Amino acid sequence: MSLLYQVTLRVAVALLALSSLVAASACSPDGRNGGPAANNAGGAVRLQGAGASFPNPLYQKWLSEYKKTNTGASIDYQSTGSGAGIKQFTERTIDFGATDKPMNEEELKKAPGEVFHIPTVLGAVVLTYNLTGVNQSLRFSPDVIADIFLGKIKKWDDARIKADNPGVALPAADIAVVHRSDSSGTSAVFTDYLSKISPEWKEKVGTGGSPAWPVGQGGKGNEGVSGMIKQQPNTLGYVELAYAKQINLPVALIKNSSGNFAEPTLDNVTAAAADALAATPEDLRVSITNAPGANAYPIASYTYVLVYKDQSDAAKGKALVDFLWWGIHDGTQFAKDMQYAPLPADMIKRVEAKLNAVISGGKTLRS
Amino acid sequence: MSNPQPALPTPASAYGARARVWDWRRALSPTGDLGDAVFRGALFLCALLLLLIVAAMIAAMASMSTLSMREFGWGFLTSSQWNPLANKFGAWPFIYGTVMSSIIALLISVPLSLGVAVFLVEQAPARVARPLTFLVELLAAIPSVVYGLWGIFVLAPFLRVHVMPPLQNWFGFLPLFQGSITGISLLTGGVILAIMITPIISAVVRDVLAAVPVSQREAALALGATRWETTRVVLANGGPGIAGAIILGLGRAVGETMAVTMLIGNRPEVSASLFAPSYTIASVLANEFREATGDLYVSALVQLGLILFFVTFVINGAARLLVWSVTRGTSGTARA
Repeated sequence: MSLLYQVTLRVAVALLALSSLVAASACSPDGRNGGPAANNAGGAVRLQGAGASFPNPLYQKWLSEYKKTNTGASIDYQSTGSGAGIKQFTERTIDFGATDKPMNEEELKKAPGEVFHIPTVLGAVVLTYNLTGVNQSLRFSPDVIADIFLGKIKKWDDARIKADNPGVALPAADIAVVHRSDSSGTSAVFTDYLSKISPEWKEKVGTGGSPAWPVGQGGKGNEGVSGMIKQQPNTLGYVELAYAKQINLPVALIKNSSGNFAEPTLDNVTAAAADALAATPEDLRVSITNAPGANAYPIASYTYVLVYKDQSDAAKGKALVDFLWWGIHDGTQFAKDMQYAPLPADMIKRVEAKLNAVISGGKTLRS
Repeated sequence: MSNPQPALPTPASAYGARARVWDWRRALSPTGDLGDAVFRGALFLCALLLLLIVAAMIAAMASMSTLSMREFGWGFLTSSQWNPLANKFGAWPFIYGTVMSSIIALLISVPLSLGVAVFLVEQAPARVARPLTFLVELLAAIPSVVYGLWGIFVLAPFLRVHVMPPLQNWFGFLPLFQGSITGISLLTGGVILAIMITPIISAVVRDVLAAVPVSQREAALALGATRWETTRVVLANGGPGIAGAIILGLGRAVGETMAVTMLIGNRPEVSASLFAPSYTIASVLANEFREATGDLYVSALVQLGLILFFVTFVINGAARLLVWSVTRGTSGTARA
């Protein structure tokens, strides 16, 4: 009988872990925050941030570089996911949040103060594939991508794929679509793009981190998707640009709204953001997929840090604003090295204006 | 503790309260010994704590999933739709994937594990059996993410090239083996589970068989039984223990997350084909819980957790029934 107890115990432990996960997501940073008095006791300001996992490698790099020249602030960032980041930020259990998609109206209403969206860098989503014997980069038109992910184009040698790729020996095989199985900002950006270019996608599937995919198999994380693609012939999927570049995946060129096939490069992503600037609202919450412009790579997005306009603690607020200021200026070089696209120059000016508008006790924090 | 000196009024004074009607030491220990009572009380608390944890978990999950229960009712169990964007949730594809992948795992693993265990106990010479036993136990300790990686890079391509095409050639008339072959599928998930639970089942069965008294084997052999017939006697003797081993393996299969997530394809759809991608409850929790926003979404995921809990309960109950039906009327059989 002891066996059966062991089984029960195993399940109990697993579920306990699960429930502690629930609890942790709600209250983990509490212990670290403490009161403002405790934070300032040693002279150093302690800041805690959490949220999006996509910019996490860059933020960690920024934090370690920033610490070298600014010993007055000790900043931590936890990669908990965009959803958890927004939740903790709204509950004020962290000093700043981070998210890949801007907070929506409903979420903003729940927040206890006016929220500034501070774009830090740009990310892009690329199509990658595994086709033996194909060495040149494939090219895709928007409607072809939508119809492949809707399950309407099923074969690699479909006439519409061939039309974009003359001279490429496409196999007469089924397209095995691979998508993210975990809810992710990458999927949100990709489905946002598909919803913009395909009314049918918008109606049937919609935009979100975990949509009901019409076809394909799911891989967990960028590494899961790329693993599936590498190990199976005739697959097509999407991953983050930074990830694809780091492990040298083949990437496709995508026809943008100007009719050019744009390569997913950092410059073309920044170009997309620059082209979308005219349509960017004052609060900087914007989708830049399918941006106009000759070079714009069409599947891209900002990633944001969330900051309250009115900071309750002046010392903390100043440390945060100074760090973000450093990030969008001095941090750019690290961003490029790590394959994150830097903000366009005009956006940097608008972010500077935002940071200058952050106040505490009625006074601005940048001097 | 006894003290013969007459200076003390009664020996009972050593315990103080013996004369009273209610004595907590007596209540906790038949001997009334303090150490015994404390020991017994501590053990009781441990047992109680486990019960409390289980009860607390069920209560927490039930209360967190009320929203989804109210919204979907019993239809949650039978609906095949899982669309977080449209706030439509149904558990059937996940229940199906969980049960089917576990069944596939058991179908492959049980004969294999029994074979391994019988070989180790009944056939192999000691110098072979010892290192092999060690290896089997080592396999049981490998983390599941390692199995998952190996599955993606070795098992899935192997099945895609060498196993699935012949299956489709021979049995393609069955819906089970139709459809396109990608290597990432319900079958692959089941096979990796089989590989993961085989060491567990065979390690336990080995212990069970080793515990069967040698006299049983000698008796069978003395009656003129062959090696094969003797082995059957031994297996029959270890029946309940073997059933327990299988349940232990099944427990791991049902709750396994990482390796299955990497190989099953994570598609919330019920397909007749074993070559199609599928999804398990544990996988969808691991995949979607982290970024789940919206109260109904979270509630539906928690309810899935509750269902997994009850699936495990049902399996445990069925196992007890099985063990009971096998052991009825017999006694002194080996147990793990």
